[in-house]
Amino acid sequence: MKSTRDGFGEAIVELAKKNKNIVALTADLTPSVRLAEFEKKFPKRFFQCGVAEANMVGMATGLALEGKIPFASTFGVFMPNRCLDHIRQSICYNNANVKLVATHCGLITGPDGATHQALEDIAIMRALPNTIVIVPCDFKEAKQAVKAAAQIKGPVYIRLTRPKSEIISKGKFQLGKGIVLKPGQDISIIGCGPILHEALLAADILKKKYSIEVINLHTIKPIDKNLIIKTAKKTKRIITLEDHQINGGLGSAVAEVLSENYPTKITRLGVNNSFGESGKPEELLRKHGLDHQAIIREVKK
Amino acid sequence: MKLEQTAKIIRQDIIRMLAEAGSGHSAGSLGMADVMTALYFKILKHDPKKPLWDHRDRLILSNGHIVPVRYACMARTGYFPVKTLSTLRKFKSKLQGHPSFHDLPALEASTGSLGQGVNVAVGMALAAKLDKKHHFIFCITSDGEHDEGSTWEAVSAAHKYKLDNLIFILDRNKIQISGHTEKVWPLEPLKQKYQSFGWKVFEINGHNFNQIISTVNQAKKIKGKPKIIIAHVIPGKGVSFMEGKHQWHGKAPQGEEVTQALEELQ
Repeated sequence: MKSTRDGFGEAIVELAKKNKNIVALTADLTPSVRLAEFEKKFPKRFFQCGVAEANMVGMATGLALEGKIPFASTFGVFMPNRCLDHIRQSICYNNANVKLVATHCGLITGPDGATHQALEDIAIMRALPNTIVIVPCDFKEAKQAVKAAAQIKGPVYIRLTRPKSEIISKGKFQLGKGIVLKPGQDISIIGCGPILHEALLAADILKKKYSIEVINLHTIKPIDKNLIIKTAKKTKRIITLEDHQINGGLGSAVAEVLSENYPTKITRLGVNNSFGESGKPEELLRKHGLDHQAIIREVKK
Repeated sequence: MKLEQTAKIIRQDIIRMLAEAGSGHSAGSLGMADVMTALYFKILKHDPKKPLWDHRDRLILSNGHIVPVRYACMARTGYFPVKTLSTLRKFKSKLQGHPSFHDLPALEASTGSLGQGVNVAVGMALAAKLDKKHHFIFCITSDGEHDEGSTWEAVSAAHKYKLDNLIFILDRNKIQISGHTEKVWPLEPLKQKYQSFGWKVFEINGHNFNQIISTVNQAKKIKGKPKIIIAHVIPGKGVSFMEGKHQWHGKAPQGEEVTQALEELQ
């Protein structure tokens, strides 16, 4: 098994072999964000920025404005959070071609505890103009997403995770196009990231009583309105699932689409206005009502 | 025309623009009028007809709020008609209150929130090194901007990467919105701070054209490290009632003040 951050590490090396404009930056987290291989293979195109995230974002902007395709990577708690003003003015307002790759997002970051579990980043990044926000669900999808990001001109935010996780993605990654992982008739679960594995488990356990549709909404912005409305029309009952605050994240984005286009009963499962803590990923997901047992309880309500 | 004369015209432009806009930053714009005139009319390798010419020197205005002086220099060197200056800060104008790259790509980058243009300039200098290009990256940065931690991150980064194609010009006018810089947030000894960060430091009178030009030429020749020219300037320079007054940091002249300012700048 591999993690989504592993997907980034592999993809950027493959990209860099083909395109000399690809450069990478990190803020003292080379091994953690999986840039060790890139540094070894392309030392001149690798920029170690020290524990100074705001400057890293600014440097990436300068490189982008001069024609490079910079991938800047650190933990989600530091980027976007710590350097938000720089992301807003330097990257977004300039519409600079910078790819922000945040690793260690969500409760599943685990033992490091609340200070290192990014839980607000989707909300922050989707509020900014000119951004694209992608949350890959596994290693394979992360690789495809990183490659797709390199083809886009403009700011892209990619949310990645620390632990190894199951391969659950299906089909080809297409920006802005959600993927039905499992078709169903009674209830739709729309989620993003490795936590979708819990939705698939719940759907499988409940398969004799409920036909559950599970949707991988890997691109939060631009959002796949058609797919959301289509599944809502079919099942008339939506549950959203994310390892992120329910305020402003995927659940909010789906609720916005539905309330404007096809009002449907929706339950948002996510972190509810609280911080995480140390623990194993599964312990934290259980505590916050985000594991398959919690999904089963919600379906049965 | 002599640079002294040109700078007078630039200062008159600043007064007219700000008066017409009804808001904006007078003191800083006037204070840097000589340095900016020297840059646009003598120092910078640039082509107003081809603003994005690949080999141009890059100029980043990290303290974006003094952009009126840059707009005036750009108009007078032919980037756009002088009459455009009267649109400053108005709806649909290219001349936004703070530099907007989207509206005017020749600005190189949008700035305004302080402690950001400096970081972008470092990235641009790195890119030039990667591509083995020979232009210089000039970055105007304010003293108040040195309150920001991210400014010092940029200073460290430029040292680490030995960016000798990067030249900072420090707008050392000793004022910021709330008062004297050393009272608001002590910055001195700036020269020693930069030296200890591995930079080559020059100090000049930012109203002396010979000093401005010869120091930039000297700075360009130094290899292996980034350079900063601390330009001591008088905020509001050229207008008696504004000179040295922090109250004019973020204020535009009006009525009689405009007439008097323009008279003094004849």
